[in-house]
Amino acid sequence: MKEYLRFLRRCFRLSFVGDWRYLGWMTLLTVLSLLGLNAYCRQFVYGLATTGMTDQVSWGLYIANFTFLVGVAASAVMLVIPVYIYRNKELHDLVIFGELLAVASIIMCLLFVTVDLGRVDRAHHLFLRFHFPISMLTWDVVVLSGYLLLNLHICGYLIYCAYRHRKPSRIFYIPFVFLAIFWAVSIHTVTAFLYVGLGGRPFWNSAIIAPRFLASAFAGGPAVLIIALRIIDRFTEYEVPEKAIRTLRNIVTVAMIISMFLLACEVFTEFYTDSAHGASARYLFLGLHGHSGLVPWIWSAIALDLIGLGVLLLPVELSLKYLNIGCLALIVGIWIEKGMGLIIPAFIPSPLGEIVEYTPTWNEILVSLGIWAFGLLLFTIFVRISIPVLSGRLAIDRLYLRGSVAHAPWAKRLKMASKPKGEPQS
Amino acid sequence: MTDPSPTPDSSEPTRRGVLKGGLTVAGATAAVAGALSPLKDLEGDDLPSIQKLLQKHYKEMSPEEMNEALQRIEKEVEQRTGVEVTVKDVKPQEGVEFVYALNLSRCIGCRKCVHACVAENNQSRSPEIQYIRVLELPKGTLDVEMSDHHYDREAVPDDEHFYMPVQCHQCKNPPCVKVCPVEATWQEPDGITVIDYDWCIGCRYCEAACPYWARRFNYAEPTLPPEDVNPDMAYLSNRPREKGVMEKCTFCLHRTREGRLPACLEVCPVGARKFGNVLDPESEVAQILRNKRVFILKAEVGTMPRFFYYFDERYPRTDEQVRAMEEDR
Repeated sequence: MKEYLRFLRRCFRLSFVGDWRYLGWMTLLTVLSLLGLNAYCRQFVYGLATTGMTDQVSWGLYIANFTFLVGVAASAVMLVIPVYIYRNKELHDLVIFGELLAVASIIMCLLFVTVDLGRVDRAHHLFLRFHFPISMLTWDVVVLSGYLLLNLHICGYLIYCAYRHRKPSRIFYIPFVFLAIFWAVSIHTVTAFLYVGLGGRPFWNSAIIAPRFLASAFAGGPAVLIIALRIIDRFTEYEVPEKAIRTLRNIVTVAMIISMFLLACEVFTEFYTDSAHGASARYLFLGLHGHSGLVPWIWSAIALDLIGLGVLLLPVELSLKYLNIGCLALIVGIWIEKGMGLIIPAFIPSPLGEIVEYTPTWNEILVSLGIWAFGLLLFTIFVRISIPVLSGRLAIDRLYLRGSVAHAPWAKRLKMASKPKGEPQS
Repeated sequence: MTDPSPTPDSSEPTRRGVLKGGLTVAGATAAVAGALSPLKDLEGDDLPSIQKLLQKHYKEMSPEEMNEALQRIEKEVEQRTGVEVTVKDVKPQEGVEFVYALNLSRCIGCRKCVHACVAENNQSRSPEIQYIRVLELPKGTLDVEMSDHHYDREAVPDDEHFYMPVQCHQCKNPPCVKVCPVEATWQEPDGITVIDYDWCIGCRYCEAACPYWARRFNYAEPTLPPEDVNPDMAYLSNRPREKGVMEKCTFCLHRTREGRLPACLEVCPVGARKFGNVLDPESEVAQILRNKRVFILKAEVGTMPRFFYYFDERYPRTDEQVRAMEEDR
């Protein structure tokens, strides 16, 4: 126990150590987080009137970001499945990064839901009268917090074992890994059901939403991860195996094709039938009665999706060269499609046929940016800590911040990259 | 193994290190304090008192606890508005199920009901919250997407249009109740869906779930000038709300549960609105449901509203209808 506290203290100190790029990045994120906190305090004092939301469009940027991030969190599983079910060795080391990303994303999700509450001071009412299993929101609370705990346990256990030079006992993490696989699918399905279950919102009330969510999540999440891994590869001593990136690229490609197909199915149903139910879709894609606030957004999303997919479908070498741009295009495209493109139009027109458009306010944007910055800050710290631990630089009996530790026992057994770049192989 | 340079883990505290650490901590504290600075504008009643924080859910309060809560609320409202008020907990009556019926042939779209409702139910005046929305529809359609919510005419009714007021339909199968994560809203035995304003956490899931756009959220601190206060209040209906909670039409339960009629009905100049106990076969609404060709809005969403619309039929169409009307008479 004492040793564990010491471990946490060392991790805490380590998160303040790094080169100028690291410190600059962390400072930037801290400043953004504080700006977000400041904006949230303003919202807390003056109410949600500081946002662009209205009685007509009662959910906005916060819930849109929440939905996207649930997808990112869920997609950590896309790394876990090949590793533990198909025994794909290349991805083995990277599972931890995926799960750390999941932890950071879930924390962001919970923050986005929290800032969306009108009475955050009454959040404890959830514990006093939990409307389970009737309300889908309570399901979401259960699966999200469960997923957070699961991933915290798996990463925390593996990292702490490496720190203590212990061999992780399979019984303590393999069952949780398999549970996490099912759980990951559940978090995104439940989040989809949150919307799908509302009969009064025809735009959401469609069985295809949950599969669409999963497909776009399994494209967007690994795309985020590819970018994260490339940054890790570039700026840390950790070498990410090229094969792992290729596997991830395959996952993104397949998921994105499925996602685009499902989107096409949806668009066909809405437009060919041409029923009154298609009003929201018409508003989204074409504009309705002269209101077309979302039209440029959705078309740029589709353009970005197609550009991203195009890059992925290039011949392998070329595709890898432009992979960062492709992934970035996909991430932004999916973020728009799933956030602004899925949450907002369901409210337009209102159930009584009124068209009130939604534009987020600066305060709302600052709060959202702050949460993103805070999540990235957490993820950076997680990576900052886990790389030295997993490569044997930081352990119970040693702390090497520079140079290599090729003799670290864990470096070999976990098949961690134990050969920092530029080092002659012996 | 080219350059192993072990760094000591717990270094000796040097003077420079301490100074640097101190500056960092001071800087961080200042930054956080700056970020939190808007909180200084919080007003006294923005933060819940201990009593309020410990107040139980409406259904869990004992009669004594309810009395305490009512007294506390009275005091708070008096502090806020400067008007002496009474807040009661009006219970539903046995054997009563309230139903509303609205005659679209009669409604002239004057919006008197909208404003009577605001006056009765102590809604926020700025921003003004209204429970009733009157739709102006071109003759020949009931498609709400063809409606105009913001019609502004010299005189109503307009010959080319008819008018359809919409408010909470008090559904028998209410989606808003289903989705609430904390059971802050529920259906009472007399069919009225109510909200415990002191329990709502403001997630607005119910607002997304309602197919009739009947729920309203207090995005800002509600304002209620003293001269506008209706001092006859009930816990579950028209006591003033706070920032960050939902509210909705309650069929004026503080009136109707004591045998009076809803404010929107009372003010209607053309008698388009009918209200009563559907379990009483002699009631006007029971007769309307029997004899008029009533319909409900959005039957396809399966909410089973207790709010019915009908048009006047000039002539009975079958012998049975003639007989039924004569019997009713």
